[in-house]
Amino acid sequence: MSNSLSPVAYDGKIEGNVIFTQVDAAINWMRSNSLWPMPMGLACCAIELMAASSSRFDISRFGAEVMRFSPRQSDVMIVAGTVTYKMALAVKRIWDQMPEPKWCIAMGACASSGGMYRSYAVLQGIDHLIPVDVYISGCPPRPEALLDGLMRLQKKIMTEHALVDQKKELLESL
Amino acid sequence: MTSDEMTDRIRAAFPQAITGQNRFRDETSLSIQPDSIRVVCEFCKSTLGFNYLIDVSSVDHFGEEPRYEVVYELYSMRDAVHLRLKTTVSEDDARIPSVADLWPTADWHEREAYDMMGITFTGHPDLRRILMWDGYPYHPLRKDFPLQGKPSEMPGVAFTEVAPLAGGPFVTIPTDGTTQVREPRARHAGELPTREKFLSEP
Repeated sequence: MSNSLSPVAYDGKIEGNVIFTQVDAAINWMRSNSLWPMPMGLACCAIELMAASSSRFDISRFGAEVMRFSPRQSDVMIVAGTVTYKMALAVKRIWDQMPEPKWCIAMGACASSGGMYRSYAVLQGIDHLIPVDVYISGCPPRPEALLDGLMRLQKKIMTEHALVDQKKELLESL
Repeated sequence: MTSDEMTDRIRAAFPQAITGQNRFRDETSLSIQPDSIRVVCEFCKSTLGFNYLIDVSSVDHFGEEPRYEVVYELYSMRDAVHLRLKTTVSEDDARIPSVADLWPTADWHEREAYDMMGITFTGHPDLRRILMWDGYPYHPLRKDFPLQGKPSEMPGVAFTEVAPLAGGPFVTIPTDGTTQVREPRARHAGELPTREKFLSEP
């Protein structure tokens, strides 16, 4: 865990509510536990996505229950289903409308690789168009698999150096 | 009226138009001359009471002439009778009159046949592609169109690439072999498996 940032907290009764941590760790902790998904439900994987947010599996235990149907308000796009070429640029457009920082989960075989649709009509994986952080196998994946993918994305977010990266981007833009 | 009485009346009204008749498992199919399909459809709708058009589909007999075939599935709600009308469309002049004004459901079915097979339905109120996007250059259900597709580009609208078949396509192939030979789990594109090859593999 040399690369990851771990929040260090000290909440003593005597000193009052004082917490020591790194800014990156605090930001990452907040971001990863409050992921607002953009549900890009395109096929049967979307049914499992709905099941994951229902009571039996309850994605809100991981802080990602606020399904936003507006890309402006979301920060993780869950591409759930077969991306046809006709839909592909619409998915890309919605992705472009999401504000930074943003992440992408390719849920299921079709979104990851085109799945069983080796055909003229289907994009062979959404990573041809947008960067994917987590791929989830399955056709369709069980809701547990989506929750596992979400937890892996949370772990990945915890390793990011948000401030350093933002400063680098700012310097490069100048 | 029964199905036989209906076909007899069509035969009596259009003796020159009907080129063939087939009956299989109580389903009647009539082959119609292409230039008469419109008047036969009008007769079926107005006189015989076929008030429901179930489907309009198209078939590609690649390598034959005429190449295409358009199939109309008619149904009479009153008499509970099915009737299938078939007509041919040549490759050089792939046009056929639309029946969308007789049965509104033909609108989308004819758009699908236009999109997938490239048959133009003259007189159609809104003949656009229905599954692929406007500007896509091919008709994917034609037999000479490869399953993996062809590259195309329409900036801002859509693009297509050739799909990797990676041992596929996983489609049934005409051969004399067993099910495992006809429907292999994997094979190289272009290779036709034989019974001997299947048996020699572990």
